[in-house]
Amino acid sequence: MYTQAMDIPDAATKPAGVSRTPDAQDAAFEARIDADGRIEPQDWMPEAYRKTLVRQISQHAHSEIVGMLPEGNWISRAPSLKRKAILIAKVQDEGGHGLYLYSAAETLGTSRDQMLDALHSGKAKYSSIFNYPTLSWADVGVIGWLVDGAAIMNQIPLCRCSYGPYARAMVRVCKEESFHQRQGYEALLVMMKGSDAQKAMVQDAVNRWWWKCLAMFGPPDADSPHSAQGLRWGIKRIGNDELRQKFVDATVPQAEVLGVTLPDPDLKWNEARQHYDYGQIDWAEFWATVEGDGPCNRERLATRVKAHRDGEWVRDAALAHARKQQQRKNKEAA
Amino acid sequence: MNTPALKEWPLWEVFVRSKQGLEHKHCGSLHAADAAQALHMARDVYTRRQEGVSIWVVPSAAITASNPDDKGELFDPAADKIYRHPTFYAIPDEVGHM
Repeated sequence: MYTQAMDIPDAATKPAGVSRTPDAQDAAFEARIDADGRIEPQDWMPEAYRKTLVRQISQHAHSEIVGMLPEGNWISRAPSLKRKAILIAKVQDEGGHGLYLYSAAETLGTSRDQMLDALHSGKAKYSSIFNYPTLSWADVGVIGWLVDGAAIMNQIPLCRCSYGPYARAMVRVCKEESFHQRQGYEALLVMMKGSDAQKAMVQDAVNRWWWKCLAMFGPPDADSPHSAQGLRWGIKRIGNDELRQKFVDATVPQAEVLGVTLPDPDLKWNEARQHYDYGQIDWAEFWATVEGDGPCNRERLATRVKAHRDGEWVRDAALAHARKQQQRKNKEAA
Repeated sequence: MNTPALKEWPLWEVFVRSKQGLEHKHCGSLHAADAAQALHMARDVYTRRQEGVSIWVVPSAAITASNPDDKGELFDPAADKIYRHPTFYAIPDEVGHM
């Protein structure tokens, strides 16, 4: 991810008259977007495009980082060493995804500290799916299967995002995400071959997560303030409703193989549309959670803030060590 | 930016050689206090699935990049020199592969 920190020769040293007027810059940007071209960090871009990307990429990064918490809850209680190793690897991946995305956002001129401040002060948003609790081991499987499944649906089109660093980060994320979904589904398959209590546990987890996963795609396009502009700019490639439909269509047959019921009486195949119809999503609950009133919002944020504060001495010590090493080197050279 | 610059770890660009015989390729960036830590973290962030056999880390500030506004002056002159490409030259079929 190429960054703003790179040293571009000073524009002041260029002969006068070479730099383009704002109108010409704007036209060049629009032309590149229309031609499905890519924008790179050093290219001129409208302030609104930059702001939209900073908001979206940083929210995405925050989601990966906060997303480590619900599953991290089960690392110490995974049912076997194998499942524990898998879960640790998965949670570590989520942390990695957050780092790729923070780096991509930083290429737009924001800093890591600014983004973390925004998260910790509650100013920045993250995916509200992580504000729900993980009550049983089956939740870990369901998060992999449904939550990561929905995330993959959302993220695959982002690999073609018009902003180069975001698109490249998403390619990497999507490659790793597939393992997340498969491990979750397989863990559930194992439980569904187990006792009645285990099967009931899986069904209970599916009941609690299904509607929240459908809401992950965001409000209907008609009510989504950022959707149209995002599509115009090639930041989003596919609308919320179409992605949600794709997710439902892909998931129903998987639920049948697994042997669970998706908790929606209106869910049925529509021969005319060649898609599954589904019931009404509770948007009031979705917005309440986004605005901070979900069951775990406060706990998640407090955990993140505490982790950051507890790590402060490590960050300071590493810097102090690096400075000391540098001073010693300088002294030896002198 | 009004972030206290000294508190934030500097930025490094990471290059990974995916296998012996191939070049190092840019794969991303990260923050680290010094080069040794940057290498260590690059291993964890960018090579969790054996994506590499060798890593380079370079302070981002040490890279000098061409200015995108100069793209035309820098690269367009090559556009009309098609005689630099082998396909510019017609060779009789009977000569075979050349």
